[in-house]
Amino acid sequence: MSRIPLPYNPKVMDLFRHPKNLGKMEDATVVAVAGNPACGDMITFYLKISAQDIIERASFESYGCAANIATSSIVTEMIKGLSLEAAWKDITWKRVTDEIGGLPSVKFHCGVLAVGALKRAIRQYFKEKGVAAPEWLPNEHTFEEKQALEEEELAKTLSKRLKPEAEKQS
Amino acid sequence: MVENVKELLKLHEGITHEVYLDNENSSIVPQEVVDAMLPYYNKKAYGNPTLTHKPGWEAFEVIMNSFQKIANYMGAKILEEITFTPSETEANNLAIMGTAFAQKSKGKKIVISEIEPINVLQVAEMMGKFGFSTTKIPVNNEGFIDLEKLKEAVDNETILVSISAVNNELGTIQPIKEAVDIVKAKNPQTLFHTDASDAYGRIPLNVQDLKVDLATVGSYKIQGPRGMGAMYLREGVNMERILEGQIGTQKLWPGVENTPLIVGFTKASELAFENFEANTAKMRTLRDKLVDGIFNELDDLRFNGPKGDKRSPDNANISILRCEGEALTIELSLKGIYVSSGSACSRRLLQPSHVLVAIGRRFSEAHGSILMKTTRSLTEEDIAYVLESLPTAVNRIRGIVGSTGVD
Repeated sequence: MSRIPLPYNPKVMDLFRHPKNLGKMEDATVVAVAGNPACGDMITFYLKISAQDIIERASFESYGCAANIATSSIVTEMIKGLSLEAAWKDITWKRVTDEIGGLPSVKFHCGVLAVGALKRAIRQYFKEKGVAAPEWLPNEHTFEEKQALEEEELAKTLSKRLKPEAEKQS
Repeated sequence: MVENVKELLKLHEGITHEVYLDNENSSIVPQEVVDAMLPYYNKKAYGNPTLTHKPGWEAFEVIMNSFQKIANYMGAKILEEITFTPSETEANNLAIMGTAFAQKSKGKKIVISEIEPINVLQVAEMMGKFGFSTTKIPVNNEGFIDLEKLKEAVDNETILVSISAVNNELGTIQPIKEAVDIVKAKNPQTLFHTDASDAYGRIPLNVQDLKVDLATVGSYKIQGPRGMGAMYLREGVNMERILEGQIGTQKLWPGVENTPLIVGFTKASELAFENFEANTAKMRTLRDKLVDGIFNELDDLRFNGPKGDKRSPDNANISILRCEGEALTIELSLKGIYVSSGSACSRRLLQPSHVLVAIGRRFSEAHGSILMKTTRSLTEEDIAYVLESLPTAVNRIRGIVGSTGVD
């Protein structure tokens, strides 16, 4: 296994040790998942959205490393009280990284996944509601959604290479 | 990023008990080993062993004694069969590249197992650049090599087979003697190398009994100083140097001999072997307590590798389901418990331990694995502390995971 040093900053460590908005939300309006356990990273996002399309509450669960847990947690904090439009436009991978005080470059994929999960949740909300997507919501996937898809594709490729014993187990 | 480390270390303030179990990746050097090394920096034998003055002759004497001792511990016939290298990584590089280059007129095929350590796996693959091809022998779900497949893989163009005596992640003790017989029966010219870094000081090891042509051992794996290893090359086998420079006491590795590290490695070997039975019995007792304790405290676990006497006495490798390994290593560190994980999360490639995948573990099982190795220096109190702290750490990480990532 190749390894690299991972000196997480105090903010990441604080959110890892005391994650905010952790756990399943029973009355969530929308639930979205991004990532795949094959890659060692998977996030579930729960959003409670008001009739006026405002994010009232957000929570998460994460099968992932400290960077993944911390970014998921901070995204749930950043979007609280935002309109879906504002959350879609303002919450980018870049802003999340700045807010968390930077991540080791190799942890890019762990952090970007949290934003990918958020964007996916917003898209899903309109789809499940059965209304036309608002103007501000583009058809084309954002950078973060593409990253999540790429990781999920990679997971599929890796899983194909698994041993027959492993397939039997699952 | 280095400024972050200060803060990270501050989080560890107030730890009352520290237990180092990451002996796969480095180790604590016992004080008596450090004490044995120190005089060789500036009190005696600080000369170059090939020069004609007192400090040089002193160095020559101590280095020759070390060659002899390591040769004895490995079961070599003569001290000239030993080469000191900066670690087992260099020894494995030398063993594979050095024999391949010297034997290339006989063939260009190398055979390894699919669970070899990176410093064998990647060297063998790199040899592809020089026209060599590598076949990887599969292993079963406990990490034992498939001897039938080994037999099939060796032909009259196979110049080298390299299989670890003990797998570094699983502790699996390979049937090396049988493997050597199978290889030599197919092609007596094929050389057999074994990385014995995880066997040395843990299980009886004798290169002449095993009939291997080459073997690797490492210093930190027996609580010696980092930066030292050794390679055994049976007398009469041809090998080329892979590095050039001033040749001193050993013709296969150039440069000035590192006397203090050689002394430290030799001292660590003495301590490992002088009470071999008692030392390995202690490793085994502590390891079994650790494993049994963890299985008593937690559910949804997988034990990786074989149980019983086919496993190295120090190795414990457990997959903790619904728990991500990197997060767990950090959580444990904050409690003073230091382990490593087969999780992929420190890699851009996103692939977990190739060893765990090779024995048929699912990715989620590999990502949640922790590797621990006991030493004779650990105590019952250390193990008790781990068993008291680990469940809380696992339960906190499992709490973050929730129902996510359970496949």
